[in-house]
Amino acid sequence: MADPTETYIELKDGAFKIRVLQAGTGAPLVYLHGAGGLFWDPLLAGLADRFAVTAPEHPGFGQSQGLEHVPDLWDLVLYYNELLDTLGIERATVVGHSFGGMVAAEIAANNPERVDRLVLIAPIGLWLDEHPVPDISGIPPADIPALVFADPTGPVAASMPAPDPTDPESLLMAVNSMSSILQFIWPLPDKGLHKRLYRVRAPTLLVWGAQDRLVDPAYGPAFTRAIDGARLEVIEGAGHVPQLEQVTATRAVIDAFLD
Amino acid sequence: MKSIFFHLMPYRDLPDDFEQRYESVWVTPPNAELCDPVKVAQYYQWNLDELELADQLGFDGLGINEHHQNAYGFMASPNLMAAALSRRTSSKSAILVLGNTLALYSPALRVAEEFAMLDCMTNGRLAAGFPVGTSMDVNRCYGITPTETRPRFYEAHDLIMKAWTQPGPFAYNGRYNQLRYVNPWPQPLQKPHPPVWLAGGGSVETWEMAVNHNYTYSYLSFFGYHFAKRLMDGFWETSERLGGTFNPYQAGFAQQICVAETDAQAKEQYLEHVAYFFSKCLHIPDYYFETPGYRTRRSAEFAIKTGQPGEIAKIATLEKNWETLVDTGMIIAGSPATVADRLTEACKQLRVGNLIALLQIGSMPHELTKQNITLFAEGVLPKIRGLWADDGYEHKWWPQGAEQPATEPAPVAGS
Repeated sequence: MADPTETYIELKDGAFKIRVLQAGTGAPLVYLHGAGGLFWDPLLAGLADRFAVTAPEHPGFGQSQGLEHVPDLWDLVLYYNELLDTLGIERATVVGHSFGGMVAAEIAANNPERVDRLVLIAPIGLWLDEHPVPDISGIPPADIPALVFADPTGPVAASMPAPDPTDPESLLMAVNSMSSILQFIWPLPDKGLHKRLYRVRAPTLLVWGAQDRLVDPAYGPAFTRAIDGARLEVIEGAGHVPQLEQVTATRAVIDAFLD
Repeated sequence: MKSIFFHLMPYRDLPDDFEQRYESVWVTPPNAELCDPVKVAQYYQWNLDELELADQLGFDGLGINEHHQNAYGFMASPNLMAAALSRRTSSKSAILVLGNTLALYSPALRVAEEFAMLDCMTNGRLAAGFPVGTSMDVNRCYGITPTETRPRFYEAHDLIMKAWTQPGPFAYNGRYNQLRYVNPWPQPLQKPHPPVWLAGGGSVETWEMAVNHNYTYSYLSFFGYHFAKRLMDGFWETSERLGGTFNPYQAGFAQQICVAETDAQAKEQYLEHVAYFFSKCLHIPDYYFETPGYRTRRSAEFAIKTGQPGEIAKIATLEKNWETLVDTGMIIAGSPATVADRLTEACKQLRVGNLIALLQIGSMPHELTKQNITLFAEGVLPKIRGLWADDGYEHKWWPQGAEQPATEPAPVAGS
């Protein structure tokens, strides 16, 4: 398994400077990360065996810059169009996790011609009154593992990167990264995606951890009802990040869908 | 020096185990469970009576502010309180609404209208406070996207100043306020507009705005004058860096004050209520304070690198016994002579000409609050009033009508 290359892509005369991880050869696949950040995990490594994987970091997240040039969701969708143009990707399979799943769904709804197949892993973007998505910035940080992981005390939960409280740069980056996500989901992560999902034409797979306490698995059927022909796979023993907690099972359903 | 009696309007009867049972005094304290409207009806009467007493006893100004879903200050609309005060206070005292949280109003023209109304109703006694607001109020209670907090604040400020100073009607094409006809009736009585008071908790941008626009800056914290020193120094350094001229009247700070006949009596009478304030009223989780994106990247960097969150956390863990509270300056307490001495020292150290005196603290009951106000007015105010008087500074930020009513003053009720 090859390590990904890390490059920085500039757009709009340097208004955006975006960290991009790339590996593999084959048909293009774009991966959009969630609020946990962009890192090369076993899912991406596996996908790179079959696809030319491109994983851009969200503007304003981590080392990537340009948040101030995408004040709202509409700007963000247009930005992704330009990013794909810049990367020379006319059409791709798009995989998105959590917030990245919401962005992937918006791209697929806005530009159905650019999305070959769509994989949404525990996406946000819809709102069900009976299953409110918790405010991740409004709870004690120590409570987050119990929402995100099926096993909050297990090895996967323990391996998640956390800012170093003694390092101001690390704290600052964590604050800036979270603010770049909140900009598009505040105060509730419903920005009208439900009105646009009917436009998605790509064959679509929803993947949900059965023990997801952050975005309830009830959102799975809400997505499949709204996207024509979409299918839902529920992974037992996984929370909000099934690709880390149940690597094999998650890869299996995604691989089968992409065959 | 100007002394302003400032009222937070707290809930005075939170349960004894409030801080153990509930997550926060702000945003989420369950209203149906904790906030009894019958009690609140009584509190509002007391609060207004206390403000009116301060006016009668000669305070220079009366101060109020805006918070939401907050048990230490349930004054969701300070403008309603100011309207009540406009009719029942003398023509001498300024009414400082510190202020309206601009980012919450869409269109922000509403603030221009209500402040202009109040300016007319008070015969030009209004100081117009423009706080950025806390993350609790702006982002959590009113749902404003954290990264829009500052942009909305700046745009609202721009719209309000134009609405007050440019003849209407005109169009305003903002990002958050798009109006075809800006033409508020009336514009303010004070010309060119009521003095603008900014309030903040140490954001670099607010200091710069105060200097660049020649507004006052008030540091509003509950941690007292020792803690305020570094942040007020930051303001004065910013002023110097940007070519401002030093004038103590351009700055204010808030201080909790307890006055009794003797130092010993102060502890005996006030400790319980001050402890209530620090243990219950500041029971706010830090993740509410600093929603990511609420501070600009620049101010977040400044706050993190100067250790502001750490410093506040350190204060939060201090044992709040009387001696600690007095030694750290979180409260200034004692006999009128003691309080006057320490306030003089504090205002000189911070170089401020506006004292925002917090004299009703936590659960402090009505009678004790009246004592505090009265002893301050009679024993402290006369001793600190002359501070800065001989230094030749002009107070350019005091409401014009507070000294010279522009029209015949309204009759004072009860006089």
